[in-house]
Amino acid sequence: MLEKTGVPDADQIKKITPSPGRLKKGPVAVVECFQSIPCDPCRYACRQEAIKEFKDINDLPVIDHDLCNGCGSCISKCPGLAIFVIDDTYSEKEGLVKLPYEYLPLPRPEEEENGIDTEGWEVCSARVVKVQNAKVLDRTPVVWLTVPREHLMKVRNFLRKGGA
Amino acid sequence: MKKPEIAIVGGGPAGLSAALSAVRQGAQVMLIDRDPVLGGQLVKQTHMFFGSKKQYAAIRGIDIPQKLLAALQEEGNGKFDPRVNTTVLGCYDDGVLLLEKEDRAELIQPRKIIIATGAAEKMLPFPGNDLPGVYGAGAVQTLMNVYGIKPGTRVLMIGAGNIGLIVSYQLLQAGVEVTAIIEGAPKIGGYLVHATKVRRAGIPILTSHTIKKAYGCDSVEGAVLCNLDEKWCAVPGTEQSLAVDVICLAVGLTPQTELLWQAGCEQQYLPELGGYVPLRSEKMQTSLSHLFVAGDAACIEEAGSAMVEGKIAGLFAAADLGYAENVEALNETFSRELEELRSGPAGAKIRQGLSRLKGGAQVC
Amino acid sequence: MRIKDHPIIDFQRGKQVTFSFNGRQVTAYEGETIAAALHAAGVRVLSHSHKLKRPRGFFCAIGNCSSCLMQVNGEFNVRICITPAREGDRVEMQQGRGEIVEKT
Repeated sequence: MLEKTGVPDADQIKKITPSPGRLKKGPVAVVECFQSIPCDPCRYACRQEAIKEFKDINDLPVIDHDLCNGCGSCISKCPGLAIFVIDDTYSEKEGLVKLPYEYLPLPRPEEEENGIDTEGWEVCSARVVKVQNAKVLDRTPVVWLTVPREHLMKVRNFLRKGGA
Repeated sequence: MKKPEIAIVGGGPAGLSAALSAVRQGAQVMLIDRDPVLGGQLVKQTHMFFGSKKQYAAIRGIDIPQKLLAALQEEGNGKFDPRVNTTVLGCYDDGVLLLEKEDRAELIQPRKIIIATGAAEKMLPFPGNDLPGVYGAGAVQTLMNVYGIKPGTRVLMIGAGNIGLIVSYQLLQAGVEVTAIIEGAPKIGGYLVHATKVRRAGIPILTSHTIKKAYGCDSVEGAVLCNLDEKWCAVPGTEQSLAVDVICLAVGLTPQTELLWQAGCEQQYLPELGGYVPLRSEKMQTSLSHLFVAGDAACIEEAGSAMVEGKIAGLFAAADLGYAENVEALNETFSRELEELRSGPAGAKIRQGLSRLKGGAQVC
Repeated sequence: MRIKDHPIIDFQRGKQVTFSFNGRQVTAYEGETIAAALHAAGVRVLSHSHKLKRPRGFFCAIGNCSSCLMQVNGEFNVRICITPAREGDRVEMQQGRGEIVEKT
């Protein structure tokens, strides 16, 4: 499926989803990297050493969700833009998704956008909480969005309601 | 006639890395490029690179030339002589190079030559492929990322290899609509993280699809697509029309080996490596002992591997001139780097091609 | 057609220069090639094939393909995709294969 369409399937997503117990503890990174390619910057981006040492540069990243504190340092360091942070404890009904967003114009906090899934479909409404764009992110801003909790593992992009 | 110790043809990732490696050993290097700025295709690569720190992973391609040039200026000690706006028109069997700059010719006779001329884009035959509005992906990148000019308004991308996927993403970043990426093969050829990035931005990737024709009067107005079966034959009745004003071809690269042919290097046709490639040893030395090769001119691969091949070619070209300090240890480091980059599933095709290179694994 | 804001690149455009294309005035930024400036001005047909006179456009942008050969200040077969636009250049679509003109 993924190799044919560019969309990861449910099984692949299930494998990288943090356990319900871990999700209850707050923000955590999900690494949506499903193909062995020679690439290892995520490993060095993580100060918690939650992303395990690579035996081979072609290894898939393995993240220990219990060591990850959801800081998000890895998001803008992944050349594939394949790392996201989710927080299932944001509020009773809403979860938080932090995603890399390399387009202009950047959204503003409090704006309502359309949450987009891995196939490019609109799945829900999403509210912008924060936009990180410090120099250290090197032109890969990180946008914080709140979405209904059931869409935490679905929303991976957004479309600005005011137009792209 | 000038006689530089080493002349490097091509100032892209391979050529710049070769220059740095040779200069560090103590050799004097003339680096020749036909463009006004050094960096080759790196100057268009706005995305972060893969690989490891040693190949500038997580750094954007556009930022790498400055890093290499800064190191060259710092460590060059007057031994680095960059020549831009200069085209090498001839590479003769006696080791003489013919240079052209602003309509003036110059002959030089370097003691060693490193050919790092990169790749040329492949073409796809279909009716209408000569219409204005059909571009090579490199041209779209040049317009967009060097001059800041949009190629058009609605794009059909042909090819879902890394270039097709990356250029589609770059088009979105430039504010241009990409209607679809089509790919003849049943699978996406490029890195899947690039594919997921464009998919979640709403671009469909249609595998097992090809372009039947482009139509338009004075320029492209649309394209007709169709499905391909498992034998790569068009499936009748599956034609669909897309209104686009740009068709971007990203259907592969082939080594730019003209100078190597002219010099008389032995070459072999290996589709896995992109076409005709020069035979070379593990030192990146061709069948002519004064001629080395590196990067896409040697085999079509990622820029990371091109940089490492450059380091190896620069190291051994310098060693042959007597700048032989620490050669074995450095070579071991570089060779391991290259092996690592090629060792995974993504390097399978390269490994297969190299094993078929005449005489087995990279032996001349 | 020019990109104003880009998320990654800060386009540093030089000062404007003006050249003529088939008698019409075209604006370019210093350092830009003639072909890039024409493209930004919406010119898509750059030449015609010799036999069937089919239109040819911007294709390779690196001086390889010969789709963009034009007459510049009298000189034939100039690869305008690698030739920077200069103030006052006279650029014309070329008919036929051109001739060798001795430079003065």
